[in-house]
Amino acid sequence: MSGDTATRTAFGEALVRLGESNKRIVALDGDVAGSVMTAEFGEKHPDRYFQCGIAESNMIGVASGLAMSGHIPFVASFACFITGRFDQIRMSVGYNRSNVRIVGTHVGVGIGSDGHSQMGLEDMALMRTIPNIAVIQPATGIETQKAVDYLAEHVGPAYLRLTRQKLPELFGDDYRFEFGKGRVLREGTDVALIGTGSTVTEALQAADLLEQQGVSAAVANIHTIAPIDADLLADLAGRTRRIVTIEDHSVHGGLGGAVCEALAERQPAPVLRLGIRGFGESGDPAELYERFGISARRIAIQAASFLESGAEVALIAEGSA
Amino acid sequence: MPTLTQTNDVEELADIARRIRVLSLLMTSHVKPEPAGHPSSAMSAADIIAALHFSRLRWDPLNAGWEDRDRFVLSKGHGVPVLYAVYAIAGAIPSDEIYTLRQAGSRLQGHPDPTRLPFVEAATGSLGQGISIAIGLALGAKADRANWRTYCMLGDGESEEGQVWEAAMFAPKYDTDDLCVIVDNNRIQQTGSVEHILPTLNPIVDKWKAFGWHLIEVDGHNIQAVLDALDEAAATKGKPTVIIAHTIKGKGVPEMENSEHWHGKAPPPEKADEWIKEYLS
Repeated sequence: MSGDTATRTAFGEALVRLGESNKRIVALDGDVAGSVMTAEFGEKHPDRYFQCGIAESNMIGVASGLAMSGHIPFVASFACFITGRFDQIRMSVGYNRSNVRIVGTHVGVGIGSDGHSQMGLEDMALMRTIPNIAVIQPATGIETQKAVDYLAEHVGPAYLRLTRQKLPELFGDDYRFEFGKGRVLREGTDVALIGTGSTVTEALQAADLLEQQGVSAAVANIHTIAPIDADLLADLAGRTRRIVTIEDHSVHGGLGGAVCEALAERQPAPVLRLGIRGFGESGDPAELYERFGISARRIAIQAASFLESGAEVALIAEGSA
Repeated sequence: MPTLTQTNDVEELADIARRIRVLSLLMTSHVKPEPAGHPSSAMSAADIIAALHFSRLRWDPLNAGWEDRDRFVLSKGHGVPVLYAVYAIAGAIPSDEIYTLRQAGSRLQGHPDPTRLPFVEAATGSLGQGISIAIGLALGAKADRANWRTYCMLGDGESEEGQVWEAAMFAPKYDTDDLCVIVDNNRIQQTGSVEHILPTLNPIVDKWKAFGWHLIEVDGHNIQAVLDALDEAAATKGKPTVIIAHTIKGKGVPEMENSEHWHGKAPPPEKADEWIKEYLS
């Protein structure tokens, strides 16, 4: 196991590494390379790197055209600026079945001080509505490296969701990324905590806190939000009867939405959805996780309350902590 | 190797353009449950498209996936009857397939869909997007040192989209001299004339020049002039070319020409037959 890594950093390293061996890989930037970690790829492979300026609509279309000519484009920007070009993603990438990898970084309130305008909070929900776009959110540096390895081979459009902040490593170098497959990281019988990206670590820590209260919580990592692993979710719901989803994303339409859709069809169970309600705000990331109810401590409190009261939970009001 | 027989004969190309107009009217007028589509947008582009597809564009009506083909992206995707007509004339699709336009299950969608009909190259129809795809194709060819060219047709109304100008600003940076954009400058858009909707789109010529493109202005109904412009574009090095082609919306049917009423509308079959007989036979 290695130290804390921001998943955007792991992505940048993986891209450089893959770029050495796979000459079809190209990268596009909209003047944020230093933040989305594509700058090193650009320095090493200037002939396969396209600086598009602050013009993301064109950038996504250009990526689609590069994919149509047989290249494997990674087009990276802040998730909030990516989602602003939803029509280009829907048409030029999705409908064209273009082999584009869209990378959205700086997701969630976890970016901290920049505040709401720079926080990707709706990206999973939007991407999930496009029929053929794979949506992947890795939880650690190693999982990111393996997910990017996978994406170099994936056929069809894909969206990769990455954090600005560092996350603790949970996996070893022998970790295998299985597209579309969730993974149970901790077994438990009373409730299942479902995390994705940064909230996987929070969920694991929340399970420790719950254990101290005598609650046995399972924890699952859902790195692929679309297509979601309905088999795993149905199995967990059947065994624990209570599900809590945790995401650093709008509580509407993201992981929680995807889990509810899958369970409603397969294995109905009460689901407590934890995520961002209302707009984001500036602050220290840890403080914001606390305020928005997705820190380990707040997850444990809300999960315990959920178990006591059944489906009734005192949720934090929109826009307040 | 392409199976298409191409020609430099201007009269022959003009006759192909006439047939493109006939088929555009026929296919849109026969859409069920009611006539639908954009025949007037196809008719303004018919001479340019005939000159390109039957004289200069390297493509193979029997092999859509021919690797060395030139790419053509119809950014003004609503004008797609013009391409379906080309494919029917060239034998790329059965001639009666045009009557499946806009019907469930058809390869001939209301706007281009390359997964159903690979000849159309790119799905377009949300305006402003095709030009960026075309630039990506041109960059891909350049990176591979391939020798095929990329063409893209824009509408003038379409050029009100901000993405067009993002693209215009971007393409010259990478010396995309194998890219040729053609603006079908027919001066009429959905709810009125460009002059009325957004007059400051013009002077459009100055805008493209300011972004560093090699610019050629032509009468888009003068086939020899269009051919010469395409040749000048192909010979231009170091920068992409834009051809501003001045055209007449609905060209070929006087009732439709320059008529704001006929944007995005198709005549009923009996009216189409009447006009074809009177003006396009």
